[in-house]
Amino acid sequence: MRADQILHPTPAGLYCPPGDFYIDPVRPVPRALITHGHGDHARSGHGAVMTTRQTLEIMAIRYGADFAGQRQAADGPIRVGDTTVSFHPAGHILGSAQIAVQPDQGPKIVVSGDYCRHPNPVSAAYEPVPCDIFVTEATFGLPVFRHPDPAGEMTRLLASMAEFPERPHLIGAYALGKAQRLIMLARQAGIDGPIAIHGALQRLCDYHVEQGIDLGPLVPATAKQVDAQLVIAPPSAFASAWVQRFRDPVIGFASGWMAVRARARQRGVELPLVISDHVDWPQVTQTITELAPQEVWITHGAEDGLLRWCELQGIPARPLRLVGYEDEPE
Amino acid sequence: MRAFATLLERLAFTPGRNAKLRLLRHYLEATPDPDRGYALAALTGDLKLRTVTPGLLRGLMVERVDEQLFALSYDFVGDLAETIALLWDTDRDEDVPLHQAVALLRDTGKAGLPVAIAGMLDRLGPSQRLAFLKLATGNMRIGLSARMARMALAEMGAPDVAQIEEIWHGLTPPYQPLFDWIAGGARPENAAKAPFRPVMLSTPVDLDQLGAFDPTDYIAEWKWDGIRVQAINDGGVRRLYSRTGEDISASFPDLIEALNFDGAVDGELLVRRGEDVAVFGDLQKRLGRKQVGRGMLDSHPASLRVYDLMIWGGRDLRDLPLTDRRAVLEGADFGSDRIDISPLLGFSTWDDLAALRADPPAPVIEGVMIKRRDSPYVGGRPRGPWFKWKRDPHVVDAVLLYAQRGHGKRSGFYSDFTFGLWDADQLVPVGKAYFGFTDEELRELDRFVRNNTVERFGPVRSIAPKLVLEVAFEGLNASGRHKSGVAMRFPRISRIRWDKPVSEADHLSTLKAMIP
Repeated sequence: MRADQILHPTPAGLYCPPGDFYIDPVRPVPRALITHGHGDHARSGHGAVMTTRQTLEIMAIRYGADFAGQRQAADGPIRVGDTTVSFHPAGHILGSAQIAVQPDQGPKIVVSGDYCRHPNPVSAAYEPVPCDIFVTEATFGLPVFRHPDPAGEMTRLLASMAEFPERPHLIGAYALGKAQRLIMLARQAGIDGPIAIHGALQRLCDYHVEQGIDLGPLVPATAKQVDAQLVIAPPSAFASAWVQRFRDPVIGFASGWMAVRARARQRGVELPLVISDHVDWPQVTQTITELAPQEVWITHGAEDGLLRWCELQGIPARPLRLVGYEDEPE
Repeated sequence: MRAFATLLERLAFTPGRNAKLRLLRHYLEATPDPDRGYALAALTGDLKLRTVTPGLLRGLMVERVDEQLFALSYDFVGDLAETIALLWDTDRDEDVPLHQAVALLRDTGKAGLPVAIAGMLDRLGPSQRLAFLKLATGNMRIGLSARMARMALAEMGAPDVAQIEEIWHGLTPPYQPLFDWIAGGARPENAAKAPFRPVMLSTPVDLDQLGAFDPTDYIAEWKWDGIRVQAINDGGVRRLYSRTGEDISASFPDLIEALNFDGAVDGELLVRRGEDVAVFGDLQKRLGRKQVGRGMLDSHPASLRVYDLMIWGGRDLRDLPLTDRRAVLEGADFGSDRIDISPLLGFSTWDDLAALRADPPAPVIEGVMIKRRDSPYVGGRPRGPWFKWKRDPHVVDAVLLYAQRGHGKRSGFYSDFTFGLWDADQLVPVGKAYFGFTDEELRELDRFVRNNTVERFGPVRSIAPKLVLEVAFEGLNASGRHKSGVAMRFPRISRIRWDKPVSEADHLSTLKAMIP
């Protein structure tokens, strides 16, 4: 069986004919395998969903317990149609996984989803999975993206908090994954006191604590008076009247895009923090080098840069041009 | 240079003026000489280094990175120095002293430059690389004026801004004597010729307030709508300074050539063709140019209208009463038809003056100046001796079209408003205003914006055209850069017309008719 008969893009998402399932479909489908809980990958309304136990639980928190007709936690290799699938840690967010698809005949394909190889206290570490075809994201697929050590970014945050002690620091971070990682980084940087969180983060933070990730003292940032200098909120909150309760805040944003000044400026950010849950250029190229697949497929992002690199390395590569995934979701 | 790189980055993203001042002061306090002096000079544009061309930098990069990947990267980042700072591949991140980087860019010969720059980049982490490359390309663009730099210095020690301004132009980077003075040492001697002297400024006044004063104690003259300047010829050294002490000589070589006197005078810089003083927009075309072409010099000739004498014929007149200085001024020979004297206005009551103010003889008059006859020339803005009584502003009724979120104290509030006027049956944007309203009105406007949003683009919202704003402004220029063809000066929201239907807002033609 040819590779593109095992997995190929369709308007609903990546489809596997021998297994009759979709991976991270963007429309409701009878059977979906899901890499991780971010809204653009994990949608509600599918007939059946298979993913990690944690991603199932995250989807239940976000969409309600009945988000799909059937729900199956992936554990070890599982037969689906004429394929065997297995889930492996991706290092992106809590519960995130790569999905390996081994057809009865034909090449083994690993769909890495969104993945990251920086140490991440809120996610199991990325595990390299040998394969014939490696399906990768290219969110930061240009050599300008070399994510700095997040500890250094926290030093910049602390310096600003010390320089402007009277100003609350409001840092935008995606509600699932980035927010909790930011809190853990703040703890590692020595912020022991209360950190205020926007209401939209509460249940997901609670869930991380239940999963054994000690986020330390958190207070709601919904009260009129917020007694914490560090406040974490989803970026969408900055457009709402919620911000008005803070006096002269320093607005920050934690994202890999903040490495590029024009991007930070577009957001009107005063304190850009370069913290990403995606592989950067050295990591994506190193991963491809390590895995040495016969072919590389690129799902979304800056595929032109990565395609060029593969061409220079003599590795066959092609873009899948999947639509519906955000560059780095908010 | 690590601290300098951090400072540059913070300044680039910090919108608040006070926050910028604090960042700069903390940096200057924490950084040793001579690095802080070089940093200051770099920020204010006073550091004269060899300018590295984009071609040289691009050449360094394509030796190291695939050309196609470089092109894709540059396309994404949009700034050459930043692209290279991000692309450069090194694991080192030494904290290289700023003076070393300055010395490299000052002293390296042209042939050795590529190797020297590459060697420096190899030692630096990404943020220092960007700082170094910005230094090398002479392009800081962090929105910090020399005036603000001097304010930060004034916050560090005893000398105030006016005192620092007075000696500023005699100093050269890295300003060691200045920092010594701030730390409590001796005041630096200003050895330079043609130093800037603090300008005397006025306070606003209205007819009611003027009632308390005796008109016979005052003289009055037109307030010309140009740029207040100080023009100096000190033993052949000629300078033209803005009122904040920026040296703008290079933009006005025609006027510099005409400063054939010995002294320091206070006046208004204008574009004047014969007797006709041109609109401010014409003068604006001459501003900020490092070199002025022949054509521009001919079509937009600079001139000076003198208000006052500070130094004349080797004598400091500043302690004399204004009438005595004026007597010397009226007897002075400037020896050039580019220079004339601002005429006095005849009046015996404040109502006389009000009548003159209401009907000025030229459109480039923005009101009247009222000065006490016995006032000495005192730098700064003393309360009382000099008043400005500005003409009433123009107003138009415009429609709110877009709103953008503010920063700092206005975080979370839509506080920057774009408004438009009718052009046939369409509303075209004509300007932006972000002040003029009270805090309570800001809350009301914010609520209106949120309830009437049509579309969002990042921090900007487009608003259903429902609300009329009365916009006041000081003047109007024709502008090729604005879609509407006009640019307002100092637009602000003078009233919110909750009562007025949008169909009754003004037309673009009404505004265009106001262009002088």
